Amino acid sequence: MLLALLPIFPLLSFIFLVGFGKKLSWLQITLSSVGSMLICALASLYLSYTLPNAENGVMVAHLWQWFSLDNGAGQSSVNVSFYLDALSAVMICVVSGVGFLIHLFASIYMKEDNNFSRFMAYMNLFIVAMLILVLADNLVLLYLGWEGVGLCSFLLIGFWYQEKSNVLAARKAFIVTRIGDTAMAIGLFLLFRELGTVNINEISELATKQWLVGSDKAYWICLLLLGGAVGKSAQLPLQTWLPDAMAGPTPVSALIHAATMVTAGVYLIARMHGLYLLSPEVMNYVAWVGAITLLLAGVSALVQTDMKRVLAYSTMSQIGYMMLALGAGAWSAGIFHLMTHAFFKALLFLTAGAVIYALHHQQNIFKMGGLLKKLPFESTLFIIGLVCLMALPGTSGFFSKEAIIAELWSSPTAGATLWWCAIVGALLTSIYSCRLFFLVFLGTPRFDQPLHASHSMLLKGALLALALLSLIGGLLAPDLRELFSIEQLSNSNGNIAEPAWLHTVAIITPFIGIAFSWFYFANYRRGDSNELARAEMQISTNVIKRLSFGGIGFDMLYSLLFVRPFVGIARLNRRDVVDQLLMSIAWYVRICRDVLVFSQNGLLRWYAAAFAFGLVVLIGGWLL
Amino acid sequence: MIITLLMVGLVLTGGFAWFSEEKKAGSAKLIALLSLLFFSVCFITFVMAASTEFAQLQQLTKVTWIAVFNIHYQLALDHLSIMLLLLTFLLSIIAVLISWREITYRRGFYYFNLLLTVAGIIGVFTAVDMFLFFFFWEVMLLPMTALIAIWGHENRRFAAIKFFIFTQVSSLLMLIAIILMAYLHLQQTGSLSFSYQDWLKLELPQELASYLMLGFFIAFAVKLPSFPVHSWLPDAHTQAPTAGSVLLAGVLLKTGAYGLIRFVIVLFPQASQEFAPIAAILALISILYGAKMAFAQSDFKRLVAYSSISHMGFVMLALFSFNVNAFHGAVITLVAHGLSSAALFAFAGMLYARIHSRDLAKMGGFWQSAPVMGGFGLAFCAAAFGLPGMANFVGEFFSLIGAFQRFPVITILAALGIIGSAIYGVVLFQSSFHGAVKQQFIDLSIRERIIATSLLAFLLIIGVFPNVILQFTFNGGG
Repeated sequence: MLLALLPIFPLLSFIFLVGFGKKLSWLQITLSSVGSMLICALASLYLSYTLPNAENGVMVAHLWQWFSLDNGAGQSSVNVSFYLDALSAVMICVVSGVGFLIHLFASIYMKEDNNFSRFMAYMNLFIVAMLILVLADNLVLLYLGWEGVGLCSFLLIGFWYQEKSNVLAARKAFIVTRIGDTAMAIGLFLLFRELGTVNINEISELATKQWLVGSDKAYWICLLLLGGAVGKSAQLPLQTWLPDAMAGPTPVSALIHAATMVTAGVYLIARMHGLYLLSPEVMNYVAWVGAITLLLAGVSALVQTDMKRVLAYSTMSQIGYMMLALGAGAWSAGIFHLMTHAFFKALLFLTAGAVIYALHHQQNIFKMGGLLKKLPFESTLFIIGLVCLMALPGTSGFFSKEAIIAELWSSPTAGATLWWCAIVGALLTSIYSCRLFFLVFLGTPRFDQPLHASHSMLLKGALLALALLSLIGGLLAPDLRELFSIEQLSNSNGNIAEPAWLHTVAIITPFIGIAFSWFYFANYRRGDSNELARAEMQISTNVIKRLSFGGIGFDMLYSLLFVRPFVGIARLNRRDVVDQLLMSIAWYVRICRDVLVFSQNGLLRWYAAAFAFGLVVLIGGWLL
Repeated sequence: MIITLLMVGLVLTGGFAWFSEEKKAGSAKLIALLSLLFFSVCFITFVMAASTEFAQLQQLTKVTWIAVFNIHYQLALDHLSIMLLLLTFLLSIIAVLISWREITYRRGFYYFNLLLTVAGIIGVFTAVDMFLFFFFWEVMLLPMTALIAIWGHENRRFAAIKFFIFTQVSSLLMLIAIILMAYLHLQQTGSLSFSYQDWLKLELPQELASYLMLGFFIAFAVKLPSFPVHSWLPDAHTQAPTAGSVLLAGVLLKTGAYGLIRFVIVLFPQASQEFAPIAAILALISILYGAKMAFAQSDFKRLVAYSSISHMGFVMLALFSFNVNAFHGAVITLVAHGLSSAALFAFAGMLYARIHSRDLAKMGGFWQSAPVMGGFGLAFCAAAFGLPGMANFVGEFFSLIGAFQRFPVITILAALGIIGSAIYGVVLFQSSFHGAVKQQFIDLSIRERIIATSLLAFLLIIGVFPNVILQFTFNGGG
């Protein structure tokens, strides 16, 4: 019963806010939106706590039949019903728990905005869609949530709609993810044709019964679903929208573009793991997509100048780790990292938001510096976040990332090369984290205006709670062994011996990165203004740096390959060539009419001449 | 009998509205609204009182009209036509509400034409004597042309003539096919017949059947409209007064789909099966071409008009897939598109009333001064690009999942239309409501809120509980 109500709380708040909107005071809006999230978070925790006592460790809430599809043999019912197992329990706790803290933060952060109620309404709607996404018992309902979060993401990126660049960023995010969604929809059609159902449990059951490992059908379906996942999770080749999405307010970046929505792709693949196990080839692709994305995003993060963009690329890279884990069959490690990443990345984004707020919306890290002393509270929290991101021993990031890396080497669908990719990625992570830290918090201040930090207790409380979660998150490792029990099977058939030095290398990699940065970025650390100016200049002059700055040229490539031809053809054919062809008939008729009108001009000599001409032609014809 | 009363009543009250407008200005719209409300209530009570009878096509009236040719005044109803009639009533009430302030000259004659169009549409959805069907087909056309030609925008003459010629030429083909069918009946049974039920019993020679099917198909494809005979639609829609666009998109296009369902597919099952691949390819081109053209437009109404072509492509693809799911999808799409495109055209009208332009380049940032309007605009655009939870999604999903069984490759390509619709939907919404604030105006009035709310409510209800329609139309999915 409580399960069915879970998305209803934020939904009611959304309706309330949309209905009364601007008439409400700040307190009323906050009570409605944050309060509903508090209830939602408590309910999620309670549900997850009681879940092990439920029958089979699963709770189901059936609301109503959405529609039914004819599958040839009978009616396959597509219901609006929620399915809670260990995996979705982790997800609802992350979504509503982190969601609650971010709502709390946002209620202070966005307080002065004229459209505060609209903002909170969108945020609530997002939570509704996200909860539906993770609780759906069938893929069509999941798709509803999937599109719903996409719409909210679109609206929130374009929240400050008067800026042209925000509008374009929102448009780009929506369209690029829609491309992935379409792949996913086609996968769904194929799935339904082959199995006659869209219910997730039935799919896994039927697929394992009917198809062998490596079957063609499983291959195509998994590949198409992967298309949806890479769109939503900003992985190669549909990753280009995420950095631009930072145009949205910072709480949005934290909630949607770091903690929850972008991990939906990871969730989808984990949810469909029964199917993916039938297609080791696609699992291998998943691993490679993750690995390449995590490297490319790591490289791009090294040269960004905007604080939020660094974090955006970092998010892409961390989701790359999750994908890598999924591809390697390390399902629970991937989900574990999803959870810890949600904690520390939300913390990083929100703290970054607090810093940017204190600096009067200055986002360029080359114009920051020396904040360690001026903003000790924010600095400490940011350090906690970075330490987790770098996965230093003892932090939550350490446990989850190590769990992933540990499984890569011996996995049949991953292997040594991908293990090395993960290690290099970890090195990159620690380097860009250090660079960010040095530029923002060390050195001399490079701004003129006095700081105005927020001293709200609510805001600090939200940040502290997230910091705590980031630190101890490693202890909250979800127990998903039962759910992913098949993974042991897949691992057992490839008993590759692991060298003894693997773990040592994995643990010391971040430290190498830190040591390297300490010397390499010495100028950043000291805050030498001439050197800094030169470094900032280099980003636009140095070819490699410029390429990395722009996300390795994918934007340019897509613009050349797709956007420009599409817009070009559309422009060219604005007048509709088919219409022109059809209308040429009308022109022809008009010309005939004009000729005839001209000939009927009422002049006697004209008629006489025509008569004579006709006679000559006739006689001439007869004579010849 | 009831249908006849409805039609006669609408024509009479239309005439009365015309007459009374001369006596007292401003009375016509009230009369039109009241008469439509009254007759829709009549129709609903009639259907409620006898709903179970109409699972199969049920004959209501049969009176000899032209005895020499064995032509009858013959009407029938089934659940499909009942549903389309309900849609017609809803949208015509909305059309009157939309015209409330927009129409400023020759108001009496305007409402007469409006009601006459509605009467013609009712006839089209109920006639089962093909000659009568053809008659109504024309009746519906003439007042519509008048609506465009007299109360339209700057280029109304041209658009009206184009609309008229396209429809006339194509219905000429249908007329030939109808007469040939009647002769065929004469050959086989010794008497002429224009009755739909009689035709169902005919045995058609295969080759002739294909030609006859084509005659009907072209007439309905023009109305639908399908690529490559779609080009009357953007002009007609753009130039028509708002209510005209609403009726055109919401109901008149549906007569094309209704014709395909009722006549082409049922009368010529085999010929349409053979024709299906071509129809599916035409549908595919309509979907993609429509979406592409929609993106290229800078005129609000033209954009929506091209999006209609894209949406109706889904209907045609679904119908010619001969699959239960796809068929359900086609029917839901009919209703859903009727509501959503009507909503978008109504929106165009509301914007036009405020800024006197349909040019997207002159729009932008409207959210700031009209947030309520923005919210509705967003919802209607979302419906148009098939956001799940809205009616259009259910229709498209059913259509595609069904069509995939028969035409996998075409369906995969058609699914690209999902991307296309996202592109034009987002462009439409953003260029009017997002961006720098170009103009400020007052938000929706109460009358406009009623229009928008009722359309949105229907879109949501069908999107969340599509069984309402499916159960009714197919009696639990048959």
